[in-house]
Amino acid sequence: MTVVERRPLTQVGHSAPRKDAKEKLRGEAEFVGDVVVPRMLHGKVLRSPLAHARVVSVDAREAEAMAGVVCVLTASDLVDLDGYWGHAIKDRPIVARDRVRFAGEPVAAVAAENEAAAEAAADVIRVEYEELPLAATLDEALTAGAPLLHEGPVRPGLFHGLGTLPPRDGNVCYRYRIDRGEPESVFSRADLVVEGEYTFPAVYQYAMETHTVVADYDGDRITVWSTCQHPFLVRAELADLYGVPLSNVRIIVPYLGGGFGSKSYTKMEPLTVALARKARRPVRIQNRVDESMVTTRRHGMRCRMRTAMTSEGNLIAREVDCWFDTGAYADNGPRVTATGGDAAPGPYRWHAYRVDARCVYTNTAPAGSYRAFGAAHLQWIGESQIDELARRAGLDPLAVRRDNLCRPGEEVRGGGKPLDADLVGDVEKVAAAVGWNEPKPPNVGRGVSVGLLAAGAHPVSTAVVRMEADGRVAVLVGTTEVGQGPRTAFAQIAAEELGVPLDQVTVHGADTRFTPYDRSTGASRSTTIAGLAVQRAAKEVREQLERIAGGDALEVATYPDLFRKHFGLAGGELIGRGEVAPFGSGSYAEGPVFWEVCVGAAEVEVEPETGVVRVRKTATAADVGRAINPQLVRRQDEGATMQGLGNALFEEMIFEDGQLLNDTLLEYRVPSFEDLPDQMSCVIVENEDGPGPFGAKGCGEGALAAVPAAVVNALADAGIPMYELPLTPERVWRRIQTLEEEGKWPR
Amino acid sequence: MTVEVRLNGELVRDDVEPQHLLLDYLREDRGLTGAKRSCDTQVCGTCTVLVDGAPVSACCTLVADVDGREVLTIEGFAELPEFERFEQAFVDHAALQCGFCTAGMLLTTKSLLDERRLSSAEEIRQGLAGNLCRCTGYHAIVEAVAELAGVEA
Repeated sequence: MTVVERRPLTQVGHSAPRKDAKEKLRGEAEFVGDVVVPRMLHGKVLRSPLAHARVVSVDAREAEAMAGVVCVLTASDLVDLDGYWGHAIKDRPIVARDRVRFAGEPVAAVAAENEAAAEAAADVIRVEYEELPLAATLDEALTAGAPLLHEGPVRPGLFHGLGTLPPRDGNVCYRYRIDRGEPESVFSRADLVVEGEYTFPAVYQYAMETHTVVADYDGDRITVWSTCQHPFLVRAELADLYGVPLSNVRIIVPYLGGGFGSKSYTKMEPLTVALARKARRPVRIQNRVDESMVTTRRHGMRCRMRTAMTSEGNLIAREVDCWFDTGAYADNGPRVTATGGDAAPGPYRWHAYRVDARCVYTNTAPAGSYRAFGAAHLQWIGESQIDELARRAGLDPLAVRRDNLCRPGEEVRGGGKPLDADLVGDVEKVAAAVGWNEPKPPNVGRGVSVGLLAAGAHPVSTAVVRMEADGRVAVLVGTTEVGQGPRTAFAQIAAEELGVPLDQVTVHGADTRFTPYDRSTGASRSTTIAGLAVQRAAKEVREQLERIAGGDALEVATYPDLFRKHFGLAGGELIGRGEVAPFGSGSYAEGPVFWEVCVGAAEVEVEPETGVVRVRKTATAADVGRAINPQLVRRQDEGATMQGLGNALFEEMIFEDGQLLNDTLLEYRVPSFEDLPDQMSCVIVENEDGPGPFGAKGCGEGALAAVPAAVVNALADAGIPMYELPLTPERVWRRIQTLEEEGKWPR
Repeated sequence: MTVEVRLNGELVRDDVEPQHLLLDYLREDRGLTGAKRSCDTQVCGTCTVLVDGAPVSACCTLVADVDGREVLTIEGFAELPEFERFEQAFVDHAALQCGFCTAGMLLTTKSLLDERRLSSAEEIRQGLAGNLCRCTGYHAIVEAVAELAGVEA
């Protein structure tokens, strides 16, 4: 039970300006690509052109002899290492050994005095391949007798966090099942059943800053500047991979140019370190966009779902089978699959449900985390079935949700955290924001959607707060500034606890040598968990000040006097330590830390002659418990809304025989200014029901699950139910033609 | 070849390879890292600089092509008195998150304002469509730019 503080707040709850704004606006903020290290070389990766092949030979002699080239790394340089990495499953070689499993897989890397020399040398490395049969799609990978991507026992990675990993079943590398009650018997007595097959596309996170790493390997010390969201997990993987102590690996993360999950866990670091090890000099590898697209992406997914309702409108049962395409290596696929499984039933009072989610290897680029993973995959499907049932029963979709949604404190998943949000209140607010009951012009539809995302990841964060003798405060915490604003939010939390003005607080960037451990920056966890660690550390400093003051009321102006009183001079430093450790076992089964709310509404207009869908209005609920910084909360939801519109309307990675066909931003379109809806609302809900500081809980992902679902429902409300994303004009137009043939259009 | 550029108000001469890209010249030779590399195809706008007042993608422009011309980067813009107004609007509206696209956003906005091409929210959306942002969802940027342009967002 969280105890919510009642004293008036002076910093928390206010839209303080971003602490990093001026640096970023003036072009002074440092990103990894701006880091220059003495003697630094430039690396270029040679990637496989084939999606599945045996590597017969690699001949780098000509490349090595070229001017400016320092060395070429191939698998033969790594025989002293085990050489396999992967935080969930250790299935991934640093560079391909005897086999490549996706087009784009690193086969060799060149270190040279400049990028042009490295690139020219990579071009003349001769690799002989022998093509192998492909399993490039879910269908091909799941067929009996399909080529197997991986053989031998499953080797668990350091951070899968999913209990005992089961053995592989063909190309299925992980399976997550939930059974509750007896769905078969409940379905048999249902009045209305909706069922369908659905397809969700692979998409690219497109953090505008591509994956970039500078690595130095000096003796047994590894120093890495990386575009990584989780420096402490990367540190552990590198220490494990190269057999050095944790403390010998230092990861420095300056500002990150967006992440959205694409920079979670380990990506380009093992290869860059290997190249630096061979070159005996620091090396930088900076991906181009086409390379980052095959470094990680969102899982494509196929799903079969059916949902049952009584004629009175009671939702009673659901069955879900889904298959996540994780590509050639697991990356975060198992966790994405489990989170998708958790999101699949939706937060309703079911009598029974069954979920069976599989994570499948294919010969395509690996898939990992992307904002709202799992929930974004499943919510639009489940929510569209509920709308379809409501339509058939002649009921208002909003009323069906009001009658069936779980209430605070009710069970969401057996054994897991009960519901910690007011979903009915949330959905009513967003429905009102898009004018739910107002008359609709022709070809306009409205939709709402409700879902939950298991958030928080593993709840371990630590923080240190240092107060100097002049009353200035430094916050040390391993959270990375990806753009979401933790440096501002943490400064507000520390300033609140210590009573100092915000401009006296500095939050430093992550550097594993100096900043204390933070498990990761993702899963909407930073304000909630790392923020709690910061709050505890600041409180510890405050307690020290109170002890020194000996009963006198604390006043900021007298802090320097307290230092003199305690240390006997105008010096010294007070240090507070904050720790958050798991409540309970911290296991996935007992989680999540909190349920992130994914509630949204949309109004769309379709042009039947072209199939073009225009989004007129969106609304999302940022159910954050307590908004530490309301403006930053709103900005998070707006960003997630826009990514959700891209995912819903046009983003799609197109693979053919394992080859990515649209690997530039010209062919892979992301939303621009011109895709803005006329109205984009974010309703902030503050019920102080989160486990974080001041009753806060995380946000920023939910809208990316809620908005596509609301758009799909709005389009169905306009008469066009869809079963495949994205809702491209061609797809929508074809659907209209089919509906016309079936006599269902125009309505 | 030798090029002469008025870079952020200062006349500079350099020997460069004919195929040298303006983006590499600014970032590597001149240490002006405010312009960022992303798409390499003139789509994203993170490498935007102003050449004779007009926005160009430095990733697809040769240094040779700016010989004898004026180049303004974010570092130069930040030194101009008018910058303060831009800065304040972007701060007030939290019109940035990761900051990777921000320099390009500001320079494009400056150019459009200088040419008086931002007389409505519609023109803001069209005018800035060559600058992508993945974090903000654009809404905050439209608000900030509308304030600068003195129009309704």
